[in-house]
Amino acid sequence: MNAPIRELTYAQAIQEALATAMEADERVFIMGEDIGVYGGAFQVTGDLVHRFGEDRVMDTPISELGAAGIAVGAALAGSRPILEFQFSDFATLAMEQIVNQAAKMRFMLGGKVSVPLVMRLPSGSGTGAAAQHSQSLEAWLAHVPGLKVVQPSTPHDAKGLLLAAIDDPDPVMVFEHKLLYKMKGEVPEKAYRIPIGKAVVRREGRHVTIVATSIMVHRALEAAEVLAGEGIEAEVIDLRTLRPLDTATIIESVKKTTRLACVYEGVKTLGIGAEISALIAESEAFDYLDAPILRLGGVDSPIPYNPTLEKAAVPQTPGIIEQVRNLVKGRI
Amino acid sequence: MAEPVAMMKGDAASNQRPFYAQFTPEQLKEALRRMCLIRRFEEGAEEAYMRGLIHGTMHLSIGQEASAVGSTMALRKTDYITSTHRGHGHCIGKGADPKLMFAEFFGKEEGYCRGRGGSMHIADVESGNLGANGIVAGGIPIAVGAALAIKKQKRDDVALCFFGDGATNEGAFHEALNMASIWKLPVIFVCENNKYGMSVSTERSMAVANVADRASAYNMPGVIVDGNRIEEVAEAVLTAIARAREGQGPTLVECKTYRTRGHSRSDRNRYRTKEEIEEWKLRDPIGHFETELVANGIATADEVAAIFAASDAEIAAGLIFAQNGTDPSPNEVTRDVYTPGIPA
Ligand SMILES: Cc1ncc(C[n+]2csc(CCOP(=O)(O)OP(=O)(O)O)c2C)c(N)n1
Ligand SMILES: [Mg+2]
Repeated sequence: MNAPIRELTYAQAIQEALATAMEADERVFIMGEDIGVYGGAFQVTGDLVHRFGEDRVMDTPISELGAAGIAVGAALAGSRPILEFQFSDFATLAMEQIVNQAAKMRFMLGGKVSVPLVMRLPSGSGTGAAAQHSQSLEAWLAHVPGLKVVQPSTPHDAKGLLLAAIDDPDPVMVFEHKLLYKMKGEVPEKAYRIPIGKAVVRREGRHVTIVATSIMVHRALEAAEVLAGEGIEAEVIDLRTLRPLDTATIIESVKKTTRLACVYEGVKTLGIGAEISALIAESEAFDYLDAPILRLGGVDSPIPYNPTLEKAAVPQTPGIIEQVRNLVKGRI
Repeated sequence: MAEPVAMMKGDAASNQRPFYAQFTPEQLKEALRRMCLIRRFEEGAEEAYMRGLIHGTMHLSIGQEASAVGSTMALRKTDYITSTHRGHGHCIGKGADPKLMFAEFFGKEEGYCRGRGGSMHIADVESGNLGANGIVAGGIPIAVGAALAIKKQKRDDVALCFFGDGATNEGAFHEALNMASIWKLPVIFVCENNKYGMSVSTERSMAVANVADRASAYNMPGVIVDGNRIEEVAEAVLTAIARAREGQGPTLVECKTYRTRGHSRSDRNRYRTKEEIEEWKLRDPIGHFETELVANGIATADEVAAIFAASDAEIAAGLIFAQNGTDPSPNEVTRDVYTPGIPA
């Protein structure tokens, strides 16, 4: 007999991972703005403060740079801090500690220390929050050696990747998508890990590979479904981790399908799609290509407030369908 | 709004505050009108939001109108302000037209930011507003920069910088105040201390009791006023403006006030009590000023009623104007990222 499937939202799955980690390991604590009685801007921490107390669910003042540095210091000295940025945009205030300190500390000290910290970054557009609360900055951080960067697209992965991030001895940046927080999906009750650095094939196909991240995985899957009705079979890869990149899965898929489209929300120019395109151009899969590589990313603009413009600024399902169809039909 | 009439302090009737001599009756009535307009504007915006006509989020300053208008009423058009995520009042105080603000909320081309910014970036640049800000404390160094430019150009304008209590825990606040002070820049720091940065009280987030206590670290005056009394705010800001225009450097004015609405549209008020909110509602800055104006013989009850009625009408018309505005074209999504005509 099958056990009934248990569904949680993406936000609940993250909260469950946080609770699991705090129960299992006394060194783990979380800090962030309004994560205590308020429950977090997106209600991710919820009532954790009541379960674990204010010493382990710490409201910080509005001091991102200081809080990030405190997380680095605590990690160096034996704690396991998890820092929530209220919006990923505010990590820009903490870049010094993330980029100059957390990422490089182990290297600079000759491998004698490690910085086991996790930063959670709610990101993405679609909520009408305008240019300073809607960015997708994951490629920025993925550009920095010493950091690991993951982007869960489902409740299941949100829990498994976060638990893996908390276990990891190095700093891990977890980019969550604000529009996914309410999405429901199957989440096993037990503690499980999803390995950092492993992509997953969400749908198999033989005509084109679509490499997508975060919410774009869902749009790519919708597009693949429509295209399947037209006889175009798209393989959809959910990247899950930006750094370290799962190059083998992407290369194998492109060798099979002979076409590549990259779909991501961050600004297209100099983004993750450029890296994946170059990966293919530099690999043995290059010889297999039957079409130019297609990148669908955010336009070269900050995210606008007006809802129509906001949608136009990042890939949407109809555009993915049209462009991938053109790619496969040789119209690009 | 306009230059205040007199800077002398002693010539007011003995039972009156200097405030009533520093501004003309017309200026005082205009101040009440702006406070009233701010209140009605935000109530109108809130209702439109709840009816699903406006998307995104917004931060209402209901209860904080005295600090917005008291701080801006003595400014000239050429003086600058920088504002915050809770910036509707600052914007109207500095002279913005509510209908063009509504148009922005509805995402229309007629809006102040042509539909690109929304509530959190609202600004009438022509009236000297350098912008609301989605980043807490983001505007503080910007105001100092504007003051630096004023000084370099040998103008006698000032920059007035609004921010909340929570913003004073950011590094940007401390760095900016220090530089403003060492360079004696013409800037006025106006902290609207409404007791909370989102859900976290000042008691839990600050090592000192008052934001004004922080001024001494930067060797500038730190003044505390009742932020719900426009006369206290305006008098303190007027003194600070005079200091700034005379080249004596910055002042920090802390307005003790309260937002009676939640932090943003998604706040469940779990961090404060109903009693506290009700208590502060009794200290309504508009009700107070209205009573004062009538008691001091500056406005009649009828004039006050007419101000309220005119605000209601202006807001109603503004909402209609906004809804009938022009939607931006999706083809223009990358417009204004760079200055046109110059290769990017
Ligand atoms: C750098 C940064 N951190 C966090 C936020 C999220 N946030 C927006 S307003 C706010 C509270 C600000 O408190 P305060 O400065 O006291 O202003 P108030 O909202 O009370 O007017 C927070 C935490 C932000 N917008 N920017
Ligand atoms: Mg505050």
